Amino acid sequence: MSKIIVQGKAQGKILKTTSPINFLGAVDKRTGMVRDEKYDIFEKSIKDTVLVFPHGIGSSVGAYTIYSLKSHQSAPLAMICQKADLTVASGCALANIPMIVVSNEEFDSLNDGNQITVDTESEKIFN
Amino acid sequence: MELAPEEKAALNGEHGETLQTAYRILVATGEATNAERLVPIKWAHLSGVNYNTIGDSGEEFLRELSKDARVKVKATVNPMGIDFDHISDFNHIDDEFIQKQASIRDSYIRMGVEPTFSCTPYDIFDLPEKNTQVSFAESNAAIFANSLGGLKTNKESAFSALASAITGKSPYSDLRKDEVTIPMTIRMKMDNPSELDFGMLGFFAGKVGDMSVNISGVSQPNRRSCKALCGGMGTSGTCAKFQFVDNEDDTSEKVDFGKEEMNEIYDELNTAEKGDLITLGSPQLGLEELSDLSKMLKGKLFQKRCMIFCSRSVQEQARSLDYTNEIERAGGEILSDCCTCLTPLIDTNETDAVTTNSIKGAYYLKNSTGVDVNLKPLSKIIEDETK
Repeated sequence: MSKIIVQGKAQGKILKTTSPINFLGAVDKRTGMVRDEKYDIFEKSIKDTVLVFPHGIGSSVGAYTIYSLKSHQSAPLAMICQKADLTVASGCALANIPMIVVSNEEFDSLNDGNQITVDTESEKIFN
Repeated sequence: MELAPEEKAALNGEHGETLQTAYRILVATGEATNAERLVPIKWAHLSGVNYNTIGDSGEEFLRELSKDARVKVKATVNPMGIDFDHISDFNHIDDEFIQKQASIRDSYIRMGVEPTFSCTPYDIFDLPEKNTQVSFAESNAAIFANSLGGLKTNKESAFSALASAITGKSPYSDLRKDEVTIPMTIRMKMDNPSELDFGMLGFFAGKVGDMSVNISGVSQPNRRSCKALCGGMGTSGTCAKFQFVDNEDDTSEKVDFGKEEMNEIYDELNTAEKGDLITLGSPQLGLEELSDLSKMLKGKLFQKRCMIFCSRSVQEQARSLDYTNEIERAGGEILSDCCTCLTPLIDTNETDAVTTNSIKGAYYLKNSTGVDVNLKPLSKIIEDETK
């Protein structure tokens, strides 16, 4: 069962990571580049992707990182998580980035590199 | 989530754009935490004050917002990037940083916050009565409030706490309720842990725990260790509460924190044999810690630069009690309104590595400031770095 946290519509390529993301520490707020080598998406950019990750962790200021990414046109087009956390939810709410929480099965079925359409208004939220 | 008619009207924009934005954030965070309604809160502690962390877009956002947004409840704020009283001691800080940081400070003051610029509000104010609902964004402060302060808060985000400050409300999520089942117990297996060990225990607990954890095998840690635990925990995960327990008879999942687990974290965060300078304070030091430090430094002299971070109000109290004399005589630089994490006071052109006892500091020094870290407990720092 998916749950809509922030409404919206997006279409793009999935960037998937199994690491929870600390936006403040790990993502460059201007470019969207992941700069913590601990991540399996190290040195990849989250810009214009449909970012699929377990959930956010760490600093509460990560919400500003998400807002900053949007202001610099470097934000993901949408975010899909296994678990919602306040930092990602509030950052997406202010930046108007669609955000959905999905079940573990749905999370597993999303593959890195695949094209996906996200539409929170539609009956089938993504395909 | 069910909203009261007033709240619905605000969400629909009937009370202006600022409140609409605030309610939009509260609804998203309410959905994210399965809250069924909003509850009033008494105190909001805001993060997102350091220009290094929020950047130009954050500075602009706050400047616009502060034109008409005013806080509705007591609101305190996190550290900035710099101490405005000591800018001249750091000639590498550029004018743009100073000007943008001043703008952020002024925006918050315009909104009516108390200018605490501290990540340790619990060291500055008497805490309200038990079970009071608050909204603390700074992760170490939220964990401290829930675990040691008897208060109730989500591990708020910068925006959810700001929305709470402006509306006086927050989602009634699980952590705010009276009965929270704690699904995991971390068994502390290390004897005589230092504050650095407690920081690593927190970092570990934050990684493996979910919303809250029990911690067993720990007896009466001092305040420095408690703060290190809160700081470490807030850095690595989503965990927002811990509880010290004496026995392990319950049905919770048991996870050991022993030598192996500790070494793994140490190896992740300790990347240098020695530092070019020392920082103490993330979380910022409290009065008791400054008192301890002044005793430990008696007759000693730091052999390299040592920055000591505490809140303005703690510094003033420490001055009036003369704790600062011995520290400054030993060469310690006492700085306020900022802390180790993401401060531009550390000149990366001149600094390859920093020595600290803070796990939270280590994480951000490494990943955000971009320097190597040499981790040591305070007693060892004083032993190795002073004469």
